[in-house]
Amino acid sequence: MTTHDPYASARETTEGRVYSVTGNDWDSLVTEIGATKEERVVVNMGPQHPSTHGVLRLILELEGETVTEARAGIGYLHTGIEKNTEYRTWTQGVTFVTRMDYLAPIFNETAYCLGIEKLLGVTNEIPERASVIRVMMMEFNRISSHMVALGTGALELGALSPMIFAFREREKVLDIFEMISGLRMNMAYVRPGGVSQDIPEGGMAKIRQTVKELRHNFKDNAKLLIGNTIWMKRTQGVGYLDLAGCITLGVTGPILRATGMPWDLRKSEPYCGYENYDFDVITNDGCDTYGRFLIKMDELEQSLRIIEQACDKLDKLDGAPVVIADKKLGSPADLKVGADGLGNSEEHIAHIMGQSMEALIHHFKISTEGFRVPAGQVYTTVESPRGETGVHLISDGGTRPYRVHFREPSFNNLQSLAAMCEGSMIADVVAAVASIDPVMGGVDR
Amino acid sequence: MTEEHGAFGAQGTGDTSGFGGLVRTSTHPGSTERPYGGYFDEITDELERAYPEFAEDIERVVIDRGELTLHVKADRLVHVAQVLRDNPALRFELCLGVNGAHYPDDLGRELHCVYPLLSMTFNRRIRIEVSVPDSYPHLPSLVELWAGNNWHERETFDMFGIIFDGHPGLTRILMPDDWIGHPQRKDYPLGGIPVEYKGATIPPPSERRSYR
Repeated sequence: MTTHDPYASARETTEGRVYSVTGNDWDSLVTEIGATKEERVVVNMGPQHPSTHGVLRLILELEGETVTEARAGIGYLHTGIEKNTEYRTWTQGVTFVTRMDYLAPIFNETAYCLGIEKLLGVTNEIPERASVIRVMMMEFNRISSHMVALGTGALELGALSPMIFAFREREKVLDIFEMISGLRMNMAYVRPGGVSQDIPEGGMAKIRQTVKELRHNFKDNAKLLIGNTIWMKRTQGVGYLDLAGCITLGVTGPILRATGMPWDLRKSEPYCGYENYDFDVITNDGCDTYGRFLIKMDELEQSLRIIEQACDKLDKLDGAPVVIADKKLGSPADLKVGADGLGNSEEHIAHIMGQSMEALIHHFKISTEGFRVPAGQVYTTVESPRGETGVHLISDGGTRPYRVHFREPSFNNLQSLAAMCEGSMIADVVAAVASIDPVMGGVDR
Repeated sequence: MTEEHGAFGAQGTGDTSGFGGLVRTSTHPGSTERPYGGYFDEITDELERAYPEFAEDIERVVIDRGELTLHVKADRLVHVAQVLRDNPALRFELCLGVNGAHYPDDLGRELHCVYPLLSMTFNRRIRIEVSVPDSYPHLPSLVELWAGNNWHERETFDMFGIIFDGHPGLTRILMPDDWIGHPQRKDYPLGGIPVEYKGATIPPPSERRSYR
């Protein structure tokens, strides 16, 4: 080979010849590799690869098309969120943690706030309406997250249409988020003590209408994929991980439920009043990508059921408070949407500026330093779309966290990639990664 | 655990507010005496039965905010964890990773590691806490017991510099391989760059006046 291919250059290293392949140039590579005696090829897939779910780097050792070793390289999206929260107040931390797993922001916020509330010892003082809104928002978020998982998962296997339908439904959910919180993603909506604002006028009607539309439209995706021969051939028996593998690797969420284990923290350790909702834990005993796909499809309907029950509860609790009665904890969360965005209500401003000097002092103290949280540590969990999101919070009694650590299900579950992929075809790696559904913002934090 | 002096982050200036002399200390909750309540008594009873050296190797039992923490001697960690995982009356099948914490003022025990455990059989949770000195930050690895701890231990090594002996490949995981320092330690600055806005300079978050 003397001709220089700008897209597939080769260089000699101590480990052997290394090829850089970036474009549509497989022919020249095949010719060149065919000339060598070595069967074993190490392929570096990513970190900028369209089918690796964000900036994930896969290091695959191949023999022919069979993967003999698979390793994941992560850290490309590390942003130091945990460190940053140590320099902000407990309330400001919500804005940071919501950006970890960016497809499931409400779950990060809720887990974090439940932890703060447990540290403060006010778990039982959270108004019921706030808990119901949290549950409703979490279930909407589960739908939007599963929609991305299903849509991009199908896209990565070459099926384009499911993505169009999935993102159509996701948009509807994001519209709901926008209506309620003002933002479509990374809302920082759940705050210590409650939620940042109540559901706006006419919001309930729109939510009920959206639930109806979603239930109708989910059938489109189901028709496209469930029972589809090509889809089943690409996913059945692919990315196999059984119960023993899941337990030793600490894998939770749909991957664990796809081994037939009905483990769901909403049932086993209910939080936010999940014990008062009627829903089923979906399982499947395929242990494979198809099983995980079916679980996500069926969980959509369960989420809709929970949202409907939450709507009924909210109708009964109309006008009830959405933040804790304790003003010192509740006031940073008690906000209204005005013409210039989200901020303190006009009544609050009138009160502190015109009526009460003490209220102004309190406002200043709480806005600048925040509230104090008694020393200690807690570990709180919620069932996120990807499994157990655990938050380990340590307080030293100050106005800022001493340590915030997120046990991200994406981070943990991505470890199972090697167990799922080694010995399979390279094309199945893509299917397995899609079924793990890692969100790199959560993996790298 | 920590000691704060003064208020409003003002140091070395003539403070006339009277807050400058303020000293605030905070401590973590201390040991708990029996009865612990709930399933915590059952767990400790079973562990005492299955692990005869309980009294020597478990330094403290702390119940706080409805959560049980066993403070275990660092070199006995694997033995205690093995009993917790395998004993039929305990069965903590799932380890939810490792988290570190740095307490520079806790001399001789600067680096702590916390392991949340979950028993799916009994639907119970406990936490193991171990501490190691900064001068010899070595802990036995639990990857043999729970393979899923692999990445978590790498992360704790990356962020705190705790070395897990027996780990199959203890390398950095989130920071670049050639990074110097361990970012989650308290003596590691947050960093950031000062921002200029309309002529005024706003320092990076870690250097701002802190209201605490």
